[in-house]
Amino acid sequence: MGQIHLKNVSKDFGNVTVIPPLDLDIENGEFVVFVGPSGCGKSTLLRLIAGLEDVSGGQVLIDSNDVTSLPPAKRRLAMVFQSYALYPHMSVRKNIAFPLKMAKIPPDEQNQRVEDAARILNLTDYLERRPGQLSGGQRQRVAIGRAIVREPGAFLFDEPLSNLDAALRVGMRLEIAELHQRLNTTMIYVTHDQVEAMTMADKIVVLQNGMIEQVGTPLELYRTPSNRFVAGFIGSPRMNFIIGEEATRHNAECIGIRPEHIEVVKSDGAWQGIVGVSEHLGSDTFFQVNVLGFADTLTVRAGGEVDLKYGDTINLTPNLNNLHRFDRQGQRIS
Amino acid sequence: MARLVSIPRKSFNTTLAGFLGFLMFFPVLWIVILSFKTEGDAIKAPLEILFATGWTVESYGAVQARSDYFKHFTNSVFIAFGSTFLGLLIAVPAAWAMAFVPTKRTKHILMWMLSTKMLPPVGVLVPIYLIFRDTGLLDSRFGLALILMMVNLPIIIWMLYTYFREIPGEILEAARMDGANLNAEIIFVLAPMALPGMASTVLLNIILAWNEAFWTLNLTAAKAAPLTAFIASYSSPEGLFYAKLSAASVMAIAPILALGWLSQKQLVRGLTFGAVK
Repeated sequence: MGQIHLKNVSKDFGNVTVIPPLDLDIENGEFVVFVGPSGCGKSTLLRLIAGLEDVSGGQVLIDSNDVTSLPPAKRRLAMVFQSYALYPHMSVRKNIAFPLKMAKIPPDEQNQRVEDAARILNLTDYLERRPGQLSGGQRQRVAIGRAIVREPGAFLFDEPLSNLDAALRVGMRLEIAELHQRLNTTMIYVTHDQVEAMTMADKIVVLQNGMIEQVGTPLELYRTPSNRFVAGFIGSPRMNFIIGEEATRHNAECIGIRPEHIEVVKSDGAWQGIVGVSEHLGSDTFFQVNVLGFADTLTVRAGGEVDLKYGDTINLTPNLNNLHRFDRQGQRIS
Repeated sequence: MARLVSIPRKSFNTTLAGFLGFLMFFPVLWIVILSFKTEGDAIKAPLEILFATGWTVESYGAVQARSDYFKHFTNSVFIAFGSTFLGLLIAVPAAWAMAFVPTKRTKHILMWMLSTKMLPPVGVLVPIYLIFRDTGLLDSRFGLALILMMVNLPIIIWMLYTYFREIPGEILEAARMDGANLNAEIIFVLAPMALPGMASTVLLNIILAWNEAFWTLNLTAAKAAPLTAFIASYSSPEGLFYAKLSAASVMAIAPILALGWLSQKQLVRGLTFGAVK
C-alpha cells in the first residue's frame, strides 16, 4: 500500500517539454521530497502522480496497478495544497468529512473519524467554524485533516508551508514529520526550500528543468552530490565553487568546498584572504572572504566568538576529505 | 483612506441622484396614476390628469373582465422560469468548461456568442417562424421557453463564466482529490461557491425573459400568450384606451417589479461580484 512507480513518464505542454521521460520508484512508507528551483517541474510531477494532469507518455503505477488513465478520485491519494484549498462554504467538520461523504461512509462513522482527526490535529474546538474564521496554521491543519481522515495510500503535499510565517513553518514541519512517523504512510512532499527537504526527507529527489539530477538520502546528497547543481542546491549557506588554477591543482575543472569544511587557522593556511562582510548568528559566524587569486568570494564558517573584523587578513585551510571535484560537464569526479 | 467629500457637494450629489432616480421611475409612476383614472380623465393634459379628483379601479375590473389575466400570468411564469431552467442546464456545463478547461479558442467562442446578441432578431424571424410552424411549436409555451432560452443563453453563459472564474481552481482540484466525480464537484463545491452569482444570473434572466416582447408577440396567438401580449392587446384594435392600457401594464409589470425589489440587494451584489475584492 503506497508504492508508487513512474515509468518513462513525460509531460509536454504544447510544444514545450516540461518533463522529459523519467523513472522514479517510491517505496511504501517513504517520505520523499521533490526539491528544486521554481519552474523545475516538481509540482507538475506531483500533479502527474495525483492525476490532476495527464501524462504525455509513460505509466504511473500505484501498488503495481496502472493508474495512468484513472481520474484523481480513483487513485486513493490525498493532497494538501499550497493555498490549502478548503471549501469556504463548509464548516471545518464538513470540510474534513467531505472525502468520507464522497466515499459514502455511514454518517456515524464519518463523525467518529472526523473527531479522531480533529483530536490529532488540535482542531476539536474549531469544528463548527468556517475556514474564513481560522488562522493560516489552523487552515493548514484542516487541510491535513481532510487528507488523513480517509486513510489514503499516499499523501501528496504541494508546498504546504510556503504561505505560513517562518516560526509557524518550523512548527508545522515537525508536525508533519511526526504525522509521518505515526501513520507510516507514503508521503511525497514538494518544496523549493532545501532546509525543509533536508530536515524531513527519507529520500530527496532533486529536479532541474524537469530532469532528476539526483536521488538519495539527505546525507548522501550532502556528502556526495553527483554534480555541481546538486552540490550548490543542497546545504546552507551554499557550497563554494572555485575554478581556475586552484581547481587544476586538484585535477578538476571546478572544485567545491562547503563553508563548514574550511578551517580558520592562525598562520600558514593553504589560502590567504581578506575578511569582507560577516554574519553573526550567535552559534556560528559566516565570513565572506576574498581569497587572493580566486574569482569569487568564499563563504567560511567559524565559531560564534571569533574575533575578526572587516579588512582583517585571514588564513584558511580546506578539509581535503570534504573537497568535491567536478569535471567540465559539472559531473562529480570520484 | 476615506475620501473627503465636502457637505455641499455631498448634498448636491444626493439631490442629483434622487432626481435621476425619479426620472427613471417616473414612467412607471405615471402608468400607475393613469391606471386609477377614468378613461375620460386619462386623455386630458398631464397637469389636469394629476389634479383630477376622480380615482377609480374600474379599469382593472374592465381589464379582468375582458381578458384572462391569470392565464397570461401563468404563461409568463412558465416561460420566464422555464427558459431560465433550460438555460442553466446548458450554461452551467458550458461555463464550467470555458472557465476551468479553457482552450485557445475559448475567448473567440465567448465573443462569438456575444455577437449573436448584436443580430437584430427580426433578421431571423422568418426562418424561426417557419421552423416553429413545421415543428408545431408555434403558440406553445415550451416553444417560447426554448427560443427565449436561446436568446438569453449568451448572457447566462457570460455571467456564469465570470463568476466561475473567480473560484480558485485548486479548490475544485481538492474536491477531485477527495473523491468527487464531476457531478459531485459541481453540486457540492462549485454551485454553492458560485451561489450569489448564480442567483443574480437567474434573477436577471427571469426579468429579461419576462420582459421580452419581440418573440413572445410574434410566435404566440392565444394559447401561450404571456403578459407582453396581454398589454399589447390593449393598444390596437379599438384605438387607445389609456386607462385600461395602463391598468394592464401595471398588472403585467407588478410581479416582476416586486421580484426585483425584493431581490435588489442580491442583484446588485451579484452584478458587482468580483469587481471589488
